[in-house]
Amino acid sequence: MSWGVSEVGVRFGRVRALDGVSMDVADGQVTAVVGGDGSGKSTLLHVIVGLLDANVGEVRRPPPHQVGYSAAGSGIYPDLSVEENLLFSAAAYGLSPADARARAEPFLDRMDLTGARHRLGGQLSGGMRQKLGVVRAMLHRPALLVLDEPTTGIDPVSRADAWWLISLAAAEGAAVVLATTYVEEAQRAASVLLLENGRVLASGPPADIVEGLPGEVRSLSSRPPAGEAARSWRRGRSWRLWSPEREPSQVDEGEPVVPDLNDAVVVASLRRDLAEPSGAE
Amino acid sequence: MTVLARACAVSRSFGSFLAVDRVDLEVEQGEVVGLLGANGAGKTTVIRLLLGLLAPNLGEVALFGEPPSARTRRRLGYVPQGLGLYDDLTPAENLHFARSVFGTNIGGQDVVVADSRLTVGELPLGRQRQAAFTEALDHDPDLLVLDEPTSGVSPLAAARLWETIRDATDAGAGALVTTHNLEEAEQCDRLVVMAGGRVVAAGTVDHIVGRARSVVVDADEWTAAFAALQRAGIRAALVGTTLRIPSSTATVVRGALGGIGARLQEVPATLEERFLELVAPSAGGSDT
Repeated sequence: MSWGVSEVGVRFGRVRALDGVSMDVADGQVTAVVGGDGSGKSTLLHVIVGLLDANVGEVRRPPPHQVGYSAAGSGIYPDLSVEENLLFSAAAYGLSPADARARAEPFLDRMDLTGARHRLGGQLSGGMRQKLGVVRAMLHRPALLVLDEPTTGIDPVSRADAWWLISLAAAEGAAVVLATTYVEEAQRAASVLLLENGRVLASGPPADIVEGLPGEVRSLSSRPPAGEAARSWRRGRSWRLWSPEREPSQVDEGEPVVPDLNDAVVVASLRRDLAEPSGAE
Repeated sequence: MTVLARACAVSRSFGSFLAVDRVDLEVEQGEVVGLLGANGAGKTTVIRLLLGLLAPNLGEVALFGEPPSARTRRRLGYVPQGLGLYDDLTPAENLHFARSVFGTNIGGQDVVVADSRLTVGELPLGRQRQAAFTEALDHDPDLLVLDEPTSGVSPLAAARLWETIRDATDAGAGALVTTHNLEEAEQCDRLVVMAGGRVVAAGTVDHIVGRARSVVVDADEWTAAFAALQRAGIRAALVGTTLRIPSSTATVVRGALGGIGARLQEVPATLEERFLELVAPSAGGSDT
């Protein structure tokens, strides 16, 4: 099966939180929703799992007991222990305590959470809490696993653990949707949806997004002229400059580079800002 | 080049816990140094030692060539992860307040923001971060200390924040950046990687990654390959529909895959893979 949304729109008063958003989420794959703070990522995930009704558009999701969801910040109960958090959630999905323990055990071992079994959720580090949130959401082997920023702010070691869990869920056949602000993580997804101000700037496999980047990206060792500021950005010690068309006569500075996903994502935002200067963040 | 901040064989313990163990670190004029490490690696303690908020038990710390003091602190610009701005004030009001408290740049130019009537709390995170940067740079500091400078913002907003950092270092300041985002780390000129209170690697990204290699597995069915590797105690990282196994060889991986159809390739490791190998060997390739 394939889950997802078609032409979804959500309004909060006069604010268009989502506008014409479509996304397909395939089984056994990770789909990343990428965007900055306020781009509409959480709203989209809320619509997919059914926490929020869209004003317009179509949502395709499995029955509620086949959906797993971890909210931004993990949603772990601070006053329950690690084990109680897991058992409570498992019971809500009809898993017996014995089944839940057997399923969770290997994950907790790998996450170094076994020793923390009786620690309260509120006393866990951010990384532990996020990992526990992912384990909890996948205990009942959901067909659709939706994770809201499961790796934001956690250290790279915990992030690698979280990705191991995410990969495991996909390997078991779940359709995984995760929100992230890191392009580095989008690069690891089979498919990416780039959101800004509630609209889709780009979507598809990372390689296709890069492939579809129009024009040319150059690397410059000195600051581009002021007139090109809106098409340039800083990367390490050098600058990047995007030109809409491959016309070497127009730009003779710097060296063309083979763009990566980060370039493609930045250019998508630049193009939107150039088209609608008022909407720039 | 002038060395702005220097920690020389610095150690610091809390009770019986050795938080920082003989750490060397330098930030020169014009460069951005990234300080990396897992939680508990000792990064925050190193920063506090450099800022003079903590005294070392052993070793020496120098800021601008002298021991840290109130005088050297005036030449610092610090942006904590929580930004340290007042949510109920506009960016301009925040700046006026900071100027009057610290006695710096009084009567200087106002912050230029697109909509100055909005309070910090009403601004999107990217603009909040930009406002915090503007405030930290207001007194032309010689050394910037930035904690997760672009966390949570869009890639374009992150690039704009990095432009601000680079403008300051191009003008002669130095910057020390702590980050969990290894993509951000690649923006730095040099990296210092900490684990267990010690420096386990230092240098450019290329130097740190060195000759470390990973195996890429392009299997007919990645899920079958993932499960087979899992059974063999090898932890694979999913990238699209391929798998990456750090700190291993094609021969070992081929053996673990048994008869599963797959194309294997040894490729240079990423900074993230090398980082995990350095700080948490068990989180990387093999369990054994």
